[in-house]
Amino acid sequence: MIQLFAFYLFATIVIASAAMVIFARNPVHSVMWLILAFFNAAGLMLLAGAEFIAMLLVIVYVGAVAVLFLFVVMMLDIDFAELRAGFVRYLPLGALVAIILAAELVFAVGAWSAGGVDLASRAAPVVSDKSNIQQIGELLYTRYIFLFEAAGIVLLVAMIGAIVLTHRTRGGVRAQNIAKQNRRRPEDATRLVDPGVGQGMEL
Amino acid sequence: MTETFISWGMDPNWAWGVATICGILLIALPLMLSVAMIIYADRKIWAAIALRRGPNVVGPFGLLQSFADGLKVFLQETIIPTSANRGLFLIAPIITFTVALLAWAVIPFNSGAVLADINVGLLYILAISSLGVYGVILSGWASNSKYPFFSALRASAQMISYEVSIGFILIGVVLFADSFNMNEIVKAQQGHGLGFVNAFGFNLLLFPLAVMFLISSLAETARAPFDLTEAESELVAGYQTEYSSMSFALFWLGEYANVLLMCTLNAVLFWGGWLPPIDWAPLYAVPGIIWLFAKILFFFFVFSWVKATVPRYRYDQLMRLGWKVFLPISLLWIFLISGYLMLTRYS
Repeated sequence: MIQLFAFYLFATIVIASAAMVIFARNPVHSVMWLILAFFNAAGLMLLAGAEFIAMLLVIVYVGAVAVLFLFVVMMLDIDFAELRAGFVRYLPLGALVAIILAAELVFAVGAWSAGGVDLASRAAPVVSDKSNIQQIGELLYTRYIFLFEAAGIVLLVAMIGAIVLTHRTRGGVRAQNIAKQNRRRPEDATRLVDPGVGQGMEL
Repeated sequence: MTETFISWGMDPNWAWGVATICGILLIALPLMLSVAMIIYADRKIWAAIALRRGPNVVGPFGLLQSFADGLKVFLQETIIPTSANRGLFLIAPIITFTVALLAWAVIPFNSGAVLADINVGLLYILAISSLGVYGVILSGWASNSKYPFFSALRASAQMISYEVSIGFILIGVVLFADSFNMNEIVKAQQGHGLGFVNAFGFNLLLFPLAVMFLISSLAETARAPFDLTEAESELVAGYQTEYSSMSFALFWLGEYANVLLMCTLNAVLFWGGWLPPIDWAPLYAVPGIIWLFAKILFFFFVFSWVKATVPRYRYDQLMRLGWKVFLPISLLWIFLISGYLMLTRYS
């Protein structure tokens, strides 16, 4: 009973906020609706019994990816009038994408109602006495270890690539060298002098 | 608690609902009260270290100062700047406050005393603390004002940076405890240090992580010396500049509830949570919740002490500490801990 209620609550909010992502006029509002959609999708994952995936969805997408989106969108200086001016120009392309998506939806629903492919036989059997994290961990670190590590290496290369592309060394910057500061001792930096009367000090 | 309500002749479904709501109230109401008292304690400790008296006028020893402040704030007018983005401007403090309360659902106060005993408890805390950024970013952006916006950018960069190293530190704890469940983590600490100390912190491999976690939690809650988000010499009052009355109070309450949460996490993850400090039978006669509170208060004292004595970091130093010091060390520590456990526990 409460699961059913929760499912419809989460599902309605996901769909409504996904629609609002498109309909919101302000891009920052769009990102906020997107975050709400992510959050409720995590709720749906919880209902499906995949609590690990749900938490990852919130940590990765809501906590990191969407924050970057928000950063970029906030920094943009968006002129709303100009944004809407291109409506007619982009209409054919937009309509094409919409038709393709609608066709896919019709096909998917049609195939599903026709019985569909028997996917259940391909899915891994669920071991009920183990938690989500253990199951995923055992699969990832034994059976799919090479794929998992390959994905890690791809991400590492992407990260290094991004750093190489954006890193610039500027001249004339006086950066702080903390090790050098810590190495400095009073004897290196100060000296005790006793100048006589009328004599100057050489610095 | 559900069983009690069922024994009173209630339908099991309803009993569960009522028990959960009672549990939420049992956590949230004392939390709000303790936030009020902890603000008073913070000001008193700070004043004592600065050789001042601190609040001492309202009530005996100034104990009612926070309530007087709360009442004052409640009676003030809520001012919304004309150029502000109304909806988001009002939602932002609500998000901060709600998120600060949410994470308490998985904190174990005693052996069975936890509202939601879920087996991804620690991940839940990470997820919820990553939501805290939104209240700050939104308030800065929606205020449509320079200083709040700068502060919001600073705050979000700071929180995201330190969440990375906090994540790695928590993995170290999870590896030792062999569970993500908060109660299991506490139980795993029984007699962990030298066979009689109930704390992960006394393990030589975990002690550096405990220190890094304490410093990261200062940065995560934007407390001094990492309070660059409200650096009053540069940014007026940071992201709260345009806020007044209750909307300001919600930020204030949320901030201190977060500080308490971080103190609790320090106690629960590294210093034994509701277990007594030493694994000695007579100490178990004292209820676990008292041990937990004693540890929380100790860490809160450390937070206030640091606030009163350590000068503020510069922003590049803050980022350097997060990315160039904590991140590599915590990453290295994951390797060390997994190697050690591989050799001792799993071979």
